Amino acid sequence: MNWEAFWLTVRLAAIVSTLLIVIGIPIAYWLTYSRWRWKFLAEAVVALPIVLPPTVLGFYVLVALGSRSPLGRWWESLTGHTLAFTFEGLVIGSLIYSLPFAVQPFAASFGAVDSKLLRASASLGHSPVHTFRRIVLPLSKAGLVTGFALSFAHTLGEFGVVLMVGGNIPGVTRTISIDIYDQVEAANYSSANWTALVLLIISFSVLSTVYGLNRRSWAVGPWR
Amino acid sequence: MAVKIILPARPASQSALASMEPISSELEVRIRKRYPNPEGTFNLNVHFRALAGFTILFGASGAGKTTLLDCIAGLTDPDEGRIAIGGEDLYDSENKRDVAAWKRLIGYVHQDLALFPHLTAEENVAYGLRTLSDSDRRARTREILTAFRIDHLRGRRPAQISGGERQRVALARTLVTNPRALLLDEPLAALDRPTKSSLVADLRKWNQHHRVPILFVTHSSEEVFALGDEVIMLDTGRIVAQGHPHDVMRAPRLETVAHLSGFENIFDATVTTLHEARGSMTCHLGTGEVDLETPLVRAEIGSRLRVGIRAGDLLLATVSPQGLSARNILPGTIRRLVQKDVMISTIVDCGGTEFEVHLTLAARDDLQLSVGKNVWVVVKTYSCHLMGG
Repeated sequence: MNWEAFWLTVRLAAIVSTLLIVIGIPIAYWLTYSRWRWKFLAEAVVALPIVLPPTVLGFYVLVALGSRSPLGRWWESLTGHTLAFTFEGLVIGSLIYSLPFAVQPFAASFGAVDSKLLRASASLGHSPVHTFRRIVLPLSKAGLVTGFALSFAHTLGEFGVVLMVGGNIPGVTRTISIDIYDQVEAANYSSANWTALVLLIISFSVLSTVYGLNRRSWAVGPWR
Repeated sequence: MAVKIILPARPASQSALASMEPISSELEVRIRKRYPNPEGTFNLNVHFRALAGFTILFGASGAGKTTLLDCIAGLTDPDEGRIAIGGEDLYDSENKRDVAAWKRLIGYVHQDLALFPHLTAEENVAYGLRTLSDSDRRARTREILTAFRIDHLRGRRPAQISGGERQRVALARTLVTNPRALLLDEPLAALDRPTKSSLVADLRKWNQHHRVPILFVTHSSEEVFALGDEVIMLDTGRIVAQGHPHDVMRAPRLETVAHLSGFENIFDATVTTLHEARGSMTCHLGTGEVDLETPLVRAEIGSRLRVGIRAGDLLLATVSPQGLSARNILPGTIRRLVQKDVMISTIVDCGGTEFEVHLTLAARDDLQLSVGKNVWVVVKTYSCHLMGG
């Protein structure tokens, strides 16, 4: 069990899912309430990482972060090194990769808030933004928790994007899934098995916690 | 040959009251809006003024009442027109003015109440007071919770209180913001009678101090009489009558009004004789054999008009009645008896003209009424309401 890779992965997932709350809420707000006729294009772009091969996504992120792109050059002039093959680069790649797993549950729960409540809030003198803060967000708690947990679990297990953007640098970009791959390559099946099992258990725990918290009531109590 | 009894659907400015009211409390609405509905395109086209006090918007469902309120509240946009409160334009298509709903300061209580489920009753009521300091907000909230007798509920969520209490919370939540006008969309629909009347009393009391126009939507004619200073009758997007409830509801002059205010019997009729000395006239009904004595209106012999009679105003007798003051005693045969809740709707054929008569269950049993039985229908002259055709 490679604990260095393990903690790096947890750190990456925690940072990415937290940042996705900050970035995902405005995007989901816009997707829910905008009446722009081309909105469906934006929806498709947000959903792309679900269907795109991670290598394709990783390739474009790598190009965008490299020293030939404006973003890469700007970062280089700021910090003296490129974004590619760094932890920061990994965060950016993962943000894009996990974006739909945060935005879609957010948008779904915003959209599920009864529009009559929003109308009532407007008639009581509250602006749309204030209404969003006081009414929509508190009533979307379940969706926010779901989005956070899904993007956390999804980042935990990513492989293709990490390999393309981060490479395999111990302590910097070697995540747990890459570690498993390395161990299998080296025919170290026993170690790979343990690491894989840990990843499986964590992912299962996160998801069952989310679904457990979101349940309306136990149809049949698990203790009975 | 026109019958001069048609009440024009006037774009309603009212009486001397208008000049006595402070201008600031007047709501003026002149809007058009077309929108698709299940029966094709719906046209809302209204023009009216509402002064401080209750104005009832009365009409069947689908008459456009809720859309009209939505336009005034700014929750939906009319196609054109002008909406102003106290002389300030909220919407004016000519000057491209459209004040956002949340800046209009118009209170709107929807039929579904739309209480915020995650907030307590007290937090719901305090919600609209966002500009006040914490202590002022708490004081104002407590004050209105007490006035509406819901102070004991303040820590409870909407799901934990009864329907009548929710109605009070919703009303208090809107009134506490001191709106410039109040829109109430069937706020009493779900309530039992005692709850209804105590809520209405509280609402009246509140408005004695605030003096704002209150547009009150209902399709219950009972509420029209209980509340109305003024009633506006809407039918398929148009105002068909406006005035004091007693005038509009009791003596309807338009057929749509008649249907809405509950005339089960409406007949085409031709004036045959005028009895000016008696204040009455005789009308022949439709193609049948019935002649009715009705109140005299300004009409000529041969004029065609309509007669509306409430089914509950008719009497049935199983023997030919003697010594009655009623002028119309019509022999007929029972064709159908239909029970509606605790009431019996009886269809009687009088020489080719069918009358609907409403009776109690007890009356049916006492008189042993059954289909085919010969009866007499008794119609008082003043139960006949005349309408322009």
